[in-house]
Amino acid sequence: MEFIQTLFANQLLVSILLSALPLVFIVLMVLVVLYTEMKVAAHIQDRVAYMRTGWHGVLQPIADMLKLLQKEDIIPTKADKVLFRVAPFVAFTGTYVAYAVLPFSSMYIGSNINLGAFFLVAAGSLVVIGILMAGWASNNKWSLFGGIRSAAQMISYEIPTALGVIIVVMITGSLNLQDVTKFQDGGIGNWIVFGGPLPWTQKLMLMPFTLVTFIIMFVSSIAEVNRTPFDLPEAESELVQGFNTEYSGMRFAMFYLSEYANLFTVSAVVVSLFLGGWSSPFASFMSGPIWGIFWFVAKAYLFMLIQIWLRWTLPRLRVDQLMFVSWKVLTPWLFVCLLAVGFILVI
Amino acid sequence: MSALGTYFYNIFHSLYTVVIGMKITIKHLFTRSATVQYPTVKMKIPERARNRLFVNIDDCIGCDQCSIACPVDCITIETIKSTPDMDLGMTSKNTKKRLYVPRFDIDIAKCCYCGLCVWPCPTECIVMTDVYEFAEFDRQNLIYSFSNMTVEESAAAKERLEKYNGELAAKKAAAAAAPKESPVASISTALVTPPPIKPEPPAAEPNKG
Repeated sequence: MEFIQTLFANQLLVSILLSALPLVFIVLMVLVVLYTEMKVAAHIQDRVAYMRTGWHGVLQPIADMLKLLQKEDIIPTKADKVLFRVAPFVAFTGTYVAYAVLPFSSMYIGSNINLGAFFLVAAGSLVVIGILMAGWASNNKWSLFGGIRSAAQMISYEIPTALGVIIVVMITGSLNLQDVTKFQDGGIGNWIVFGGPLPWTQKLMLMPFTLVTFIIMFVSSIAEVNRTPFDLPEAESELVQGFNTEYSGMRFAMFYLSEYANLFTVSAVVVSLFLGGWSSPFASFMSGPIWGIFWFVAKAYLFMLIQIWLRWTLPRLRVDQLMFVSWKVLTPWLFVCLLAVGFILVI
Repeated sequence: MSALGTYFYNIFHSLYTVVIGMKITIKHLFTRSATVQYPTVKMKIPERARNRLFVNIDDCIGCDQCSIACPVDCITIETIKSTPDMDLGMTSKNTKKRLYVPRFDIDIAKCCYCGLCVWPCPTECIVMTDVYEFAEFDRQNLIYSFSNMTVEESAAAKERLEKYNGELAAKKAAAAAAPKESPVASISTALVTPPPIKPEPPAAEPNKG
């Protein structure tokens, strides 16, 4: 970052450039993830997916994106015009803001604030407003159902997510994700999933609880990005397409982009909280700022792969089951973990 | 089981079944896909597949049986009788052809590929082929004309038939004018109208020769 600052010597220009950097990353990442998702989906069902645009259809995501950009932007006559227009951008902003506190590498973090994890949880809720706005403004029953379901779901699952963050913060003693990652630096054994870099007695006692926290955090993060098996807001067999039924063209693309950007965000958060973020699993081997980006993205990508894999394995949950999982399973278990971790850290 | 037991059992069971499901899907992820890359790779179609119709017009005797059998009326046949002085030749099954076929149209867009037209054909000239890629941009292009007669040829055939019929009518009129003179002759001329059908040459004849 200092390097870029000295290169341009203009504070405003630098901040614009730095804030635009994740956008470039998001667009490229979405292309890759889209391609991966389609290919994995197809091969799980013994199909082959795109084969005709480029080698094994590698250019298809680009073609899809260009198609979406060219499409007509239809706004229903009975829709609330202003809210309808604004909603996708609110949703995307909520997603994008979270990238400010993701530590991509030891040298790069958008904003090195000491409330990183807290900010992330808060910014994640902004997406709900965008989705609810879209559902309401569409003036469509299915959209409204989708929006309301999404609000209920995301708010419910915010609690396990926040509790999981708290447990990690208790161990690391910092809300700054950069510090959390630095705390876990130095090999696979130091990752919080395996108890963190603590004396081995404490580590051994912490391990089962951090492991449970990690699994719960992972489940709730899938629910927070509205993916199968928690894709109730866009349950296509019941709600057509949920909150984005009435959207088309560029605005639909924004929702799409937001969905996939969110997918990366939650994976990245789980990775930097539990799996050492940008730190190399082989201690000092293959570590450094550039390798840091590689490890961070690779770990997050692995998580996205697991999410895609889950998506094509599990059927959708019922609404009451969804609430059951959040309030009666994830939250109490995390409370138990919270108490246990606190106790272990004190003794 | 107690309520608490059920609760723990359900949690364990849901995690366990997810693992089973994921094991199945990952196995499929690495098995060969069943897709055939159609336009580049084509599946072998069955030997007796019923696809596009083909008419070997040289063998057609214009009997109209296929057109009658067709449940969707997609075959249109027009015929012109030949005069006794013309020889239309034989079909490959050694049937004498007696009718010109100036029009034999099949609207393949209407065709339902039932194959009912194939069986009644006495000369086996209408057959179903294995061609299944014949999409067109214009619906008119899907009407296939199988007749090999030009407009002039069919006009000439029609003219000959009219001339022949006219001659026949004149003969008849002449016979009617003098009925008592030779009743036998008049009967014989009246019977000419369709030329007397010769018995089909026996199929075994070529072997004899």
